[in-house]
Amino acid sequence: MNPARGTDLMTESSARTADRRETAGGLTLGDRTFGSRLIIGTGKYDSPQTMAAALEASGAEIITVAVRRVDLDASKEESLLHWLDPERVLILPNTAGCYTADEAIRVARLGRAAGLSDFVKLEVIGDEKTLYPDVLELLKATEILAAEGFTVLPYTSDDPVVARRLQEAGAAAVMPLASPIGSGLGLVDPLGIRFILEAVSVPVIVDAGVGTASDAAATMELGVDGILMNTAIAEARDPVRMAAAMRLAVAAGRIAFEAGPMERRTYASPSSPPAGRVGG
Amino acid sequence: MTRSSSPAAPPPTTFEIVANGHARRVAGGTTVAGFLAAHELDPDLVVVERNGEILRRAAFDAVHVEPGDELEIVHFVGGG
Repeated sequence: MNPARGTDLMTESSARTADRRETAGGLTLGDRTFGSRLIIGTGKYDSPQTMAAALEASGAEIITVAVRRVDLDASKEESLLHWLDPERVLILPNTAGCYTADEAIRVARLGRAAGLSDFVKLEVIGDEKTLYPDVLELLKATEILAAEGFTVLPYTSDDPVVARRLQEAGAAAVMPLASPIGSGLGLVDPLGIRFILEAVSVPVIVDAGVGTASDAAATMELGVDGILMNTAIAEARDPVRMAAAMRLAVAAGRIAFEAGPMERRTYASPSSPPAGRVGG
Repeated sequence: MTRSSSPAAPPPTTFEIVANGHARRVAGGTTVAGFLAAHELDPDLVVVERNGEILRRAAFDAVHVEPGDELEIVHFVGGG
């Protein structure tokens, strides 16, 4: 990732990102603050044991789950909740698979009725192939759920206008995609994420598309407040080690952002003093 | 039609409901808690919606499943 520097956009946004640097220390969503800026999912793991070990290695304090019908005829397996301690991690129900605001609202209410929190990762999908959000339905659902007291975290496109509308509708954060869900393509439009960072004051969490640790670090270096990922960890050859890598990458990217990287220059600049060279 | 002298008909022993999208027969007098127990479900780990309304867990013991009820019984599974 090579963030463009020296443009008007960057001059303007440096003030904006400087504000964000001051929020160092934790990720605040709704009325809660989390030490980790990494949020992970529980899908696609080979076993709940691996999922639990990956969660531990990731250091994540928020973990997403899906709401689905119980299979009334299947023999009962151990509940996913057996592997997650609600005292240690916030269990964040999603509305994955919903295609309308009404469906997503219904699933959000069911998720809240589990009694763990009023947080919801709001997804309203508009296209099966790309899993891009239907932002019109998303806005509608955000407004209604926020009015019902939910802490709404909407998965959205990387469009700053939509992000601002979501904030106005009561979203507690906006969660633009880096690239399609489960694609591992990394951050394909850093400009869109930068525009969103300027457009909203609520936290910006990049949700979906991160493939490996360098993607996570580069994304955090833009100044986003956190990253939500699932497939990058679950489909790694060794999910537990990848979870550890992501923990470091998210932290490293954040610290680099807070530290303020040097300005890029075209030509070399010697690191050793030109004066006093032997035989000079 | 009047059946003035006959005693009230006994309640049907079983009737049909729809649970998670599929028709199912349950015994008369079944409570929501009883329905969950019959399917080996821990009431603390599921959420039940009955005819579009979410049921509070505290009501599971008191609420009876009625003929034609539509139940949605959900839980958390892995997801991103």
